[in-house]
Amino acid sequence: MLALNIDIVVLFLMALSALWTVMTRSLLRSAIGLALTSAMLTILMFRLHAPLAAVFELSVCSGLISVVFIATISLTQPMSQEKVLQHMKDRLERFWYLPILLILTGIVLSFLNLKFNLILPAPEIEKDPRIVLWNQRPLDLLGQIIMLLTGAFGIVILFREAKKK
Amino acid sequence: MSAQALTLFWPFCLFIVILFIIGFYCLLVTFNLIRALIGLELLIKAVTLLLVLVGYVTRHEALIQSLVITLIVMEVVIIAVAAGIVLGLHQHNKSLDVRQLRNLKG
Repeated sequence: MLALNIDIVVLFLMALSALWTVMTRSLLRSAIGLALTSAMLTILMFRLHAPLAAVFELSVCSGLISVVFIATISLTQPMSQEKVLQHMKDRLERFWYLPILLILTGIVLSFLNLKFNLILPAPEIEKDPRIVLWNQRPLDLLGQIIMLLTGAFGIVILFREAKKK
Repeated sequence: MSAQALTLFWPFCLFIVILFIIGFYCLLVTFNLIRALIGLELLIKAVTLLLVLVGYVTRHEALIQSLVITLIVMEVVIIAVAAGIVLGLHQHNKSLDVRQLRNLKG
């Protein structure tokens, strides 16, 4: 029961940090909020017996992607003071529905409390994700390599175009 | 499904739906390109958590971890390329507002 309570506390913190990420005015704070959400997700992954994926999530999503976001934010031009004031008004009008929508969804879903009677496959024998990744799913690795190369080439071409102009 | 997994499943599903709504709402309502990427990230996080939860419930943790690692790699590449595109658009238009992107040709 205590374990479930800890999970619910972490889930609640994750939802709060995600809400803060979306609601906050500053883009930099949004990026920090996203890193915080990733950190909470990491804790949940550890608790759900996925330590290797959790380490990936912490290092890549909480670290690398935050760096990418912060670099993008710092390379883009900040708005003028007048624009910021106008933008704040617009944002408030657009985003104030979100907390209400979330509270309503939470209430409806907690009252629903569906029961799932799923027919599940037998538990797997292999417990090491490294063996699964290397022996059973080598095509995934090939896909990952192709994606990484595509990303690298994409960025190189984008920056080359920008330099030429 | 074990009793412990059953008690975990519904609260996790509730928060996954909430996380999904936050990301989707952000994606729908915002005009800022960087914030749209942040919304997309939140959506991917909801999917990641759902995958890990299903792996835990069905006792296929190893398989799901390998899938999640693949998902994280895809996520990084998508965000890096999208951030590059956002920077390129900013150099052209001097703005991150999607309403200003009216000079697309072709």
